[in-house]
Amino acid sequence: MAFTLSINGRTHRVEEDGNTPLLWVLRDTLGLTGTKYGCGVAQCGACTVHIDGKPVRSCVLPLDAVGAAPVTTIEAISGPEADALRESWVARDVPQCGFCQSGQMMSALALLRTIPAPSDADIDQAMSGNICRCATYNRIRAAIHDAATKADGRTRT
Amino acid sequence: MTGRKPRHRPRRRRFGCLPILAIVIAVVALLAAVFLRSRALPENEPLPSVRAPVQQVDLRPVSDFAAIADPAERSVALFKEAGRVIQHPRCLNCHPRGDRPTQTDAMRPHNPAVLRGGDGHGLSTLRCTTCHQTQNAKVSGVPGNPKWALAPVEMAWQGKSLGEICRQLLDPARSHMTRDQLLHHMAHDELVGWAWHPGGKRSPAPGTQAQFGNLIQSWIETGAQCPA
Repeated sequence: MAFTLSINGRTHRVEEDGNTPLLWVLRDTLGLTGTKYGCGVAQCGACTVHIDGKPVRSCVLPLDAVGAAPVTTIEAISGPEADALRESWVARDVPQCGFCQSGQMMSALALLRTIPAPSDADIDQAMSGNICRCATYNRIRAAIHDAATKADGRTRT
Repeated sequence: MTGRKPRHRPRRRRFGCLPILAIVIAVVALLAAVFLRSRALPENEPLPSVRAPVQQVDLRPVSDFAAIADPAERSVALFKEAGRVIQHPRCLNCHPRGDRPTQTDAMRPHNPAVLRGGDGHGLSTLRCTTCHQTQNAKVSGVPGNPKWALAPVEMAWQGKSLGEICRQLLDPARSHMTRDQLLHHMAHDELVGWAWHPGGKRSPAPGTQAQFGNLIQSWIETGAQCPA
């Protein structure tokens, strides 16, 4: 079946089964390999993308459910929050093995756009679906606070 | 000469290295024979029950209760039968006591650790729709429904007796429903209906939603009496 997808501002026409998870189309068909396959059952968050600006686990999202909604992957995030996150991630040297980090950043970006100055609790709750087997959680939390400050957010305690 | 005769000590039996080595080899060979004997591999054995196909369980029809002459007694009996659905994991998982749902037939805490949020659809930063779509996902097995959400905390069912749940249902302050709305919720609501079509390895609620609706309707018609 043919699907017309709006991904990172471009229109893509793909021929796939409607049950195919979006992640496979991103990685295998379109070559957007920044989004990672971790668990395949929405337990780890490595495959997080934005649909209509909201974080969604692309490994469990069938093409049938995507429709014409705009999809944004790690390759195309932009804006003050995204820039601040990139800088903070580098400054804090957040990644260890790095595999989960694109998903972590997608969830962190959605958080900052919803709550510009998140508390520790806000961060823990928003990021609870993103697992890091290297346990970089403390650096992730610190980097999100830094990014919130850089993006003119005001960090609450 | 009075010299002592040398005392003859009994000669001790002496074991050389070879017999000891032979015993060690024999023991090792025996242990190897025990542990390496041919056995059926686990995958040749029947599947454990938790991995066996899910079983559909029936509900008793309303007509089964017609022989109970006393309407109040019949009403309680009808609700107890409906309670087999109400207290099934498919229903209880979304009626948790706290802010975190449970999942699976074992009703373990939801993983990831999601919270109900202000509207029952998750926190603003981690909505249910992050993972749950409008239908069950065939490939991943993640369940879905257009109305996927938690029941209000006033309608927590977990940890309560069937009688307590019954009285809670009849209290509009907690159920937020009239009896007509309650009947519609039980008999026709599509999220409630998901409990009979959960997909994956999840066991469905007993009977059908129509049978369950009939039980609730008859329970209301007989005075909506509650178990103790």
